[in-house]
Amino acid sequence: MCLGIPGQIVEFVDEVNHIAKVEVSGVKRNVNVAMVRQEGIVPGDWVLIHVGFAMSKIDEYEAQQTIKLLHGMDDAYTDELKALHESEIE
Amino acid sequence: MKHVDEYRDADLARSISAEIAKITGDRPVKLMEVCGGHTHTIYKHGIEDVLPRNIDLVHGPGCPVCVLPMGRVDDAIAIARTEGVIFTTFGDMMRVPGSKGSLLDAKAEGADVRFVYSPLDALKLARQHPERQVVFFAIGFETTAPSTAITLLRAQAEGIRNFSVFCNHVTIIPAIKAILDSPDLRLDGFIGPGHVSMVIGMRPYNFIARDHRKPVVIAGFEPLDIIQSVHMLVQQLSAGRAEVKNQYTRVVRAEGNVKALEAMARTMELRPFFEWRGLGFISHSALKLRREFAPWDAELRFAVPGIRVADPKACQCGEVLKGVIKPWDCKVFGTACTPETPIGTCMVSSEGACAAYFNYGRFSMAAERAKMPVIDLKA
Repeated sequence: MCLGIPGQIVEFVDEVNHIAKVEVSGVKRNVNVAMVRQEGIVPGDWVLIHVGFAMSKIDEYEAQQTIKLLHGMDDAYTDELKALHESEIE
Repeated sequence: MKHVDEYRDADLARSISAEIAKITGDRPVKLMEVCGGHTHTIYKHGIEDVLPRNIDLVHGPGCPVCVLPMGRVDDAIAIARTEGVIFTTFGDMMRVPGSKGSLLDAKAEGADVRFVYSPLDALKLARQHPERQVVFFAIGFETTAPSTAITLLRAQAEGIRNFSVFCNHVTIIPAIKAILDSPDLRLDGFIGPGHVSMVIGMRPYNFIARDHRKPVVIAGFEPLDIIQSVHMLVQQLSAGRAEVKNQYTRVVRAEGNVKALEAMARTMELRPFFEWRGLGFISHSALKLRREFAPWDAELRFAVPGIRVADPKACQCGEVLKGVIKPWDCKVFGTACTPETPIGTCMVSSEGACAAYFNYGRFSMAAERAKMPVIDLKA
């Protein structure tokens, strides 16, 4: 819950509700991007996702390094990633 | 410090550690890492074994699952058992024991309890099941509270009335204040939480430096982030300075996330007081829904017992959460209380100090370390 998962913005799917499709570990899921819109995000940008919400724009180095860190977290990461994969945010 | 490999560079970690030893000499330095995510990193990567022995890292209350008192778990279970309710929760909360079992037990006994990844998934369930009441068990510090807030705004905008939130969001600053005011513990400084600070920014910590004369360094989650933050803290201590600094500039902005704070302010307000496991009742330390959001407030919609329940006698989570004792000092640690059969919350959540010690075997190393001679890193 605390660490967050990096994802890469693929496209915006709902401008009104600030929903964008992101790619996380090869899987595409929708997340809310209302809180990072002011940072001027565009497809290709990386964001840090907490419980289905992009909370911060991050650079690619940060994203890759966080993914590596999370892979070392064993269950804590895989459980959260599994949960995200099951998410069906609209 | 930008590239991946640099963070794992053991030589760099050792050289920073030697610097820390040079600055502090033999003086004992007690630093609290507030965030459970930091606690996890510290034990996963054995950071205490890299740092000089005089640096004592004390684990703080920043694990949302750990600090929720048993009575609130009972309240959640009471809502979950209500006819027609779909009760949704993050996975972490499922196995937390209430006074008469956990949400997982309630599910086994027929309650409709479901894991969700996001409050938006709970809202979707409400759209799909207009005949049912869908309740979201909202927990967490300022990292997750904005997500609940935006979900509430969307429920309001769409007029979804069969969705409600059982709000247990807590705020980190009053907990730090309670620890600073506690006579049990004397701390020299704080490793500030990375992702809470991403939302609240740096300013809320100023009172720690100004009124308590203790430095704060907001830290990232890589091992070297934490070691570097310790270095930044001891530099301040040795110069007699107490300031709020940001080591995690890659993610944390001084002003925080304005949109997130706005969403929280529109939907939630401070409760007069809230009970924390281990820390007791702390005034203005938790959030409830604003009156405008009463139709989405599960505490108003359902009968919640609201009864305070004392922790099991054997459990010392309270003292662990205040940093007064280490997990392995608890009488039931690793014997009666394990991640498979947890007695206390600190053993349930992966962000809990007890689970982190248990899972990474640091308790045995720490016990051995206590017997080891002091190693002079300057040599």
